[in-house]
Amino acid sequence: MAVTPPERRIWWNEPIERVELVWIVIAFLWGLFMFGFMIAWHFIGQQNLSKEAYRIAPSAFEAKVDEFAKKFQVREEKGIPVVKPQAGADVYMLGRLWQWWPILELEKGVSYRIHLSSVDWQHGFSLQPTNINISVHPGYEHVISLTPTETGEFAVICNEFCGIGHHTMTGKIYVTDQKRAGAEPRLAEGR
Amino acid sequence: MTAETVIGAVPARAEFRTCQYTGLKVDTAAQALIKANAVAAVVFLAIGGLMGLLVALTRWPAVHLLPADWFYLILTGHGANVLLFWIIFFEIAVLYFASAILLNSRLAAPKLGWVGFVMMVVGAIATNVAVLQGDSSVMFTSYPPMKAQPHFYLGLILFAVGALIGTALFFATLVIAKEEKTYDGSIPLVTFGALTAAIIAVFTIASGAIILVPTWLWSLGLINDIDPLMYKVVWWAMGHSSQQINVSAHVSLWYLTAALLVGAKPLSEKVSRTAFFMYILFLQLASAHHLLADPALDASWKIVNTSYMMYLAVLGSMVHGLTVPGAIEAAQRRNGYNRGVFEWLRKAPWGHPAFAGMFLSLVFFGFIGGISGVVLGTEQLNVLMHNTIYVPGHFHGTVVAGTTLAFMGATYLVLPLVFEREIVWPKLAKMQPYLFGIGAAGISLFMMGAGTLGVARRHWDITFSDANLGFAHSAGAFLMMGLNGIFAIIAAIGGIIFVLVVVGTVFFGEKIKRGHKLTFPLHAGGAAAASHYGSEKAPKLPGTMILVAIFFVCFVLYYFINWKYLSELWLFR
Repeated sequence: MAVTPPERRIWWNEPIERVELVWIVIAFLWGLFMFGFMIAWHFIGQQNLSKEAYRIAPSAFEAKVDEFAKKFQVREEKGIPVVKPQAGADVYMLGRLWQWWPILELEKGVSYRIHLSSVDWQHGFSLQPTNINISVHPGYEHVISLTPTETGEFAVICNEFCGIGHHTMTGKIYVTDQKRAGAEPRLAEGR
Repeated sequence: MTAETVIGAVPARAEFRTCQYTGLKVDTAAQALIKANAVAAVVFLAIGGLMGLLVALTRWPAVHLLPADWFYLILTGHGANVLLFWIIFFEIAVLYFASAILLNSRLAAPKLGWVGFVMMVVGAIATNVAVLQGDSSVMFTSYPPMKAQPHFYLGLILFAVGALIGTALFFATLVIAKEEKTYDGSIPLVTFGALTAAIIAVFTIASGAIILVPTWLWSLGLINDIDPLMYKVVWWAMGHSSQQINVSAHVSLWYLTAALLVGAKPLSEKVSRTAFFMYILFLQLASAHHLLADPALDASWKIVNTSYMMYLAVLGSMVHGLTVPGAIEAAQRRNGYNRGVFEWLRKAPWGHPAFAGMFLSLVFFGFIGGISGVVLGTEQLNVLMHNTIYVPGHFHGTVVAGTTLAFMGATYLVLPLVFEREIVWPKLAKMQPYLFGIGAAGISLFMMGAGTLGVARRHWDITFSDANLGFAHSAGAFLMMGLNGIFAIIAAIGGIIFVLVVVGTVFFGEKIKRGHKLTFPLHAGGAAAASHYGSEKAPKLPGTMILVAIFFVCFVLYYFINWKYLSELWLFR
């Protein structure tokens, strides 16, 4: 019994039951496969989170985002600038108590370098209803090359608890179709 | 080095009684400590469970019970009370049981055990006071730069040191038992499993001290800055590894329950022990699970750590997933239930709440907690559910439907065998594991469903009615959160019955005298098995093979469905 010492003092030499052995082999191979598949997805998959990051003071990041918003602002919505950057440009989004700032307008099929950081507490960048979820930390500027694959209006909500106003922290990303927009030729890759 | 030098010159003058049902020698000092820790555990389960019900009722959009500030406060308290205090108090009781009682030994330094117990109680109260004062609604994770009151951290530190003392007594008792030759050969499998839990506990508590002590000093203003990424790496070496203590502990209790209730023996000692050993080697890597959506970490670091080194710790759990039901099937067939593929399972003691709790825990832990854990912990798939309510869905599958249900089941053995009281209201007790288990499985599944639809965890208002830029989740997400509320009520009814039965039994249960026949009897061969124990001989296990095959098919299908979801996302690198 499991509540008494093993019958044989040298239990290590007992043979393993066949059914156990078969299952161990299957489970081990399945583990190896799952391990290998994570590696493989870096080569065959289009969704791999970048590790590119820089240390940055919150005030410095805030200044960069302000400058970016001034440069590319196209209109305003509820007091928040709507920013339409050039294709392939560096794009900034900042999390703070309690908003994602500014509102972005991107084009479908175009890749952007999105810089994410927080100026106060930790926040959770959660793109809805697409459901892409990335942690955002103060002091770290995380750079992700992002390519929208669908058009429409998307919400960014916060899914890292950030105090009493956490559930009011939202942002917005518009994605438009580049062909209909008829803008200049794109240099950036469109997958 | 003798046992005396380890614990000081204390002569072996413990008082023992002999258990009339198992024949085990019971050190009365160990018995008193087991009782105290078990009672404290149930008290914190009652507090934390009630808080959990309030959380679920607030997240049910149609009910939306608490205001926002109270919601975040109660959610912080819920995490600390059930995830930490309930589970660790119970685990300390398990450690004393698996060492002193199962080895027929005296417990090392019981007075020190009481010191540890008092520290744990004081610490748990201090943290609860900090939470209820309202300035420490930082959630269980308390990520900086969000700051709690100093006594929030200090309470956790005191609690952890108290638990460390209990763990040390476990090790010391193993030394004493070996020294005084209270058993022959190797320690029993259940004690071996408890030993893995204790070793992981040391790692866990050390990690907790390394991060919580500086964080406490920071909250006092003595340290300027806690790096948020560094905090997560070290904090989760406590936060996630402490869940691996639970896994080792509740798997040990599965083996214990199977042994006492159907007379099950391990199919092979070597396989079961090696599976436990895998936990020691690899489970601690799990803090990576919480960093998969973080910047700056290399993919190779993430892959190695999040997979517990090529899923070798998952392999351990998958092995237990075969050997526990396999041992039960083999024992039941030996007990005469040999017809067909599943007579052994149909004729299992389903009316015994300890067995029902144990078997439901095994099924839910594997199917819900285990599979979702691997998917959630896959490097790229994590982006689909990181910090969504899928995460609490997963860990309610492991910690509530798995660990808590297993501990509840074990309590129905502790009450008659350790408290020596007959269980009151047996009809309610019989229903209890089913009610709680179905409720817990429901909340796990519906939170996972809502998370898949994007609902955030720790979030007061999924209608975003106060937000500047509005957003609406899909109708399906609202339905899932409503169903979560309904199943939380079912789980809460099961939890309330559990607390009532325990309190009723401890205070008013009939005192068990010699020759008493238990309402929920142990396996008749319990005493005989002690004389001819050992591994099962060449068993035929068709039923277990079918169960395991179903599990494997579910696992593989669910794994690939999530890769399909991922491939439909926007592109990012």
